[in-house]
Amino acid sequence: MSHAFTAAERQRYRRHLQLPEIGEAGQARLQAARVLVVGAGGLGCPILQYLAAAGVGTLGLADADQVELTNLPRQILYGPDDVGHPKVEAAARALRRLNNLVHYTLHPVRVSSANVRELVAAYDVVVDGSDNFPTRYLLNDACVSLGRPLVSGAIYKFEGQVSVFNYQGGPSYRCLFPEVPSAAEAPDCNATGVLNVLPGLVGTVQATETLKVLLGLGDVLSGRLWLLDTLSFQTRTLRFQRDPARAAINLDTANPADYLDASCASVPAASELSVAELRSLLVAHTPPVLLDVRGPLEYARRHLPGALPLPLPELAARAAEVPRQGPVVLYCQSGVRSRQALALLQALGHTNVQALRGGLDEW
Amino acid sequence: MINVALFGIAREIVGQSSLALPAGEGQSVGELLATLRTRYPELGRLRSLAVAVNNEYAGAEVALHERDEIALIPPVSGG
Repeated sequence: MSHAFTAAERQRYRRHLQLPEIGEAGQARLQAARVLVVGAGGLGCPILQYLAAAGVGTLGLADADQVELTNLPRQILYGPDDVGHPKVEAAARALRRLNNLVHYTLHPVRVSSANVRELVAAYDVVVDGSDNFPTRYLLNDACVSLGRPLVSGAIYKFEGQVSVFNYQGGPSYRCLFPEVPSAAEAPDCNATGVLNVLPGLVGTVQATETLKVLLGLGDVLSGRLWLLDTLSFQTRTLRFQRDPARAAINLDTANPADYLDASCASVPAASELSVAELRSLLVAHTPPVLLDVRGPLEYARRHLPGALPLPLPELAARAAEVPRQGPVVLYCQSGVRSRQALALLQALGHTNVQALRGGLDEW
Repeated sequence: MINVALFGIAREIVGQSSLALPAGEGQSVGELLATLRTRYPELGRLRSLAVAVNNEYAGAEVALHERDEIALIPPVSGG
């Protein structure tokens, strides 16, 4: 930690150096720190901005997406010229303008069970700004396996949640939310609106907690969940305990199905078909086998003629019943669960399966 | 009466941000949830729904008291 600051650094970070709680030793800790930010989206942008400006020595950026026009109102590192470019590259360009003393490591990949161990191991702290449940459980379990604190934040419409998990023996994400929500609980990520400033509020709270973790400052938001409701302008902080059985779940002991991305997975276009395409297939010479992956009640209420019920929760156990020869089409109500079912079957090596885009709602 | 604050998708399902419910003294969190799931069957589909009583995470066995502040908090995933 014996870092000699240059005159320019000393001037740049003066307001931190003037705080006895930070000072030269604290600023040197920031300079020596390695922080991985997963997701360079609404949350990731302000997190990265403030951590870069604070002089965190190494920032890892993990995101596989490209900048889209719809991102611009809340993903404030990007401008119209960045549309179509990889987010990690566009973000690094903006961050270097902000602070080129920081070392930026770009990971233009989707975090998965195949790469998460290696990614997390290279950093001291992980900040979760991802946009889907499977990644959130995967990061939690990886941080448990590798003993890293996880500064977690998530948003929904006008609400935000922040907590620091796995900090100095504290509770994990699974102590608070033991079960991975089903696809029915996760609205399609790209179909839900969000107030543009919300990730700014939540992301800056995550950046604050990250700095506290790195500096050993104050009371870290561990064992507490901070809830923000912008509409009522109410915040509350809920206390929760470590549950030893839940907190012990790690990459080796979790159910691998927890990490199956579903609602937000980009499946190859050929794996999905439209209602019009399915209608024409159904009158063709060899119509596809139709599998309804909704629940039994939904099936009883209405289903496509000839469709067989195979509810998504049972699919992993009953996958052998899905024919591997000839076309198979999966459908659900809106296209979210069928996409999850498709990802599961594809992971099991089924190559003859497609999912109905938009589901029965489009029929 | 007990007041139940609703967050995330629980708010969407119920259609309002809070509920005031008559509560029998000694009713448990689990019993309250069962009542709510009868009134709003969609709540039954939420696998991970944290319940806080007076800002403290509460298991199904925790007993409720007059004027307790309850919050139903599903996880959210947006980024």
